Amino acid sequence: MWKIISIELYKIYKRPRTYIAFGAIAALIVVIQLGLKIDGESYAGFLMKDINDTLTVDGKVLNGYLICYILLQLLLVHVPLLVALIAADMISGEANLGTLRLIFTTPYSRTQWVMAKFIAASTYTILLLIWLAFLALFVSMWVFGTDDLFLMKSNYVVLIQENDVLWRYVGAFIFASFSLLTVTSLGFLMSSMANNSIGPIVGTMSAIVFFTILSTLNIPLFSIIKPYLFTTHMNNWKEFFDLQVDANNEAIKGSILNVAKIKTSLIVLTVHIGLFVIASVLIVKKKDILS
Amino acid sequence: MSVIEVQSISKNFGSLLAVDQLSFRVQQGEVFGFLGQNGSGKSTTIRMLLSLIHPSSGSIQLFGLPLKEHRNELLEKVGAIIERPDLYPYLTAQEHLKLFSRVRKKQITTDDINATLEKVGLSNRSTDKVQTFSLGMKQRLGIGIALVHNPELIILDEPTNGLDPQGIADIRHLIQHLAKEEGKTVFVSSHLLSEIEQVASQILIIHKGKKVAEGATDKLLDPNKTIVHVTTLNDAAALLTIQASSFAGNLLPRKDGIYFMLPKHEIPMLHKEMVGAGISLLSVETKNSLEDYFLQVTSNSN
Repeated sequence: MWKIISIELYKIYKRPRTYIAFGAIAALIVVIQLGLKIDGESYAGFLMKDINDTLTVDGKVLNGYLICYILLQLLLVHVPLLVALIAADMISGEANLGTLRLIFTTPYSRTQWVMAKFIAASTYTILLLIWLAFLALFVSMWVFGTDDLFLMKSNYVVLIQENDVLWRYVGAFIFASFSLLTVTSLGFLMSSMANNSIGPIVGTMSAIVFFTILSTLNIPLFSIIKPYLFTTHMNNWKEFFDLQVDANNEAIKGSILNVAKIKTSLIVLTVHIGLFVIASVLIVKKKDILS
Repeated sequence: MSVIEVQSISKNFGSLLAVDQLSFRVQQGEVFGFLGQNGSGKSTTIRMLLSLIHPSSGSIQLFGLPLKEHRNELLEKVGAIIERPDLYPYLTAQEHLKLFSRVRKKQITTDDINATLEKVGLSNRSTDKVQTFSLGMKQRLGIGIALVHNPELIILDEPTNGLDPQGIADIRHLIQHLAKEEGKTVFVSSHLLSEIEQVASQILIIHKGKKVAEGATDKLLDPNKTIVHVTTLNDAAALLTIQASSFAGNLLPRKDGIYFMLPKHEIPMLHKEMVGAGISLLSVETKNSLEDYFLQVTSNSN
């Protein structure tokens, strides 16, 4: 099995399209970092304008940790598109090229090939996320320095001590990997049903947009299905940045406000990944290779 | 021993019956020619032999074992090229062979890969990306991928597609070498009937998914049934003379000219009699080829 996983990884590594996502992420992050480096103080002033009269914040608000949080909020919505570029092409792209015939006449079963392709696509997704983490977190820390993380939520503010932040990002990135692997598996499922790449890529993005709208609409009818939609859970990495408070309303260091919510989201996302992959295997197994 | 044994396989695509109760056997060491017009079900049959398409009914055995149950084990012994030579444009010829060597249980060395590239005439382009290859070069590489693991059964679907005359001759010699020198079983389909005629020892012709003829090439192309096409200065007058001659019984009822079916050794006598009867001959052409036989059996079954 390792042999065919390595073949799939090798093909991803050699394909020019692979590097589009890495380049796009790098370009976006560098542009935002550059903008904030040049004009960050006015941006921070804009963020703080509503609370400046009631709260005095010492230290460096616009530090590497805040920059990373801003970047993640902006980018984790768009990274699924970049993930879909590869994941949704894994099977359909080969069907389109005609090379599915070549690999499916080797002494490995279709199930093994599909699993190898999914593992390779997942590896790509994780590497993309590591690249994102490296640029958004570590480069930001290096360029902007570190301090306490000051976040403004809808009706409260959160202040996380500097030495309590890094592990939260590790948790958030691990959570984000589950979100993106759900997109990978969805793209993969779409890919198993088509013979060209465009349909599955557009289909994956359309499905994400469609279910995101259902997840955010506050219509009672949709409330019944909302907890089961993967899009409801994909952005819950932010839960790592909400703290419990003690009786004096002081933040408890090392705490997370709603651990159960994170656990539930991880379970829902994992179930989706499993279902999408199993469905892909069943579809490919039954498929007649006519391309 | 039968290397391929197909029993009553059929394949439906919705209401379309692409292959209908097809049965045949291919013996070890044979070059088996598989013929049929476009859309006759050749590629569907070949894809079923390689488990790319699931038969609607019937069974396939390779090397005496059912393909369905022993798929992986059996495909280890098979090398195939199916229709077009579709490859990864961003990989080189050498990378393709390395990649497909890795999926085999056999140890395939760099020397084996280089020898395969040499065999298919691509050793001077081994490090070039496939996107720079012509169709013929891609076809050669496809054949290289089929051969790199030294399989016992080689299935070639239209292997001469896109090749120039020299390339076609090279593939013909390669097929003959594989069968005669290396004892491989070669199952080959082609629309170039003259090529099949030159390499195949057994032939199967299918039409509309059904078998219409099968047998040894030399028996199908019986020298006692040579078709002779005669052209004269005045065909209408010539026909009247022929109908009164001893060759009247050999005349074939065709509207596109004067055709006879007769043993090859009687051709000089036909020539002599027609000249003796004052018919001005322009040409006497024998047409005992697979193409004629093919056209004959497929038009009969229409």
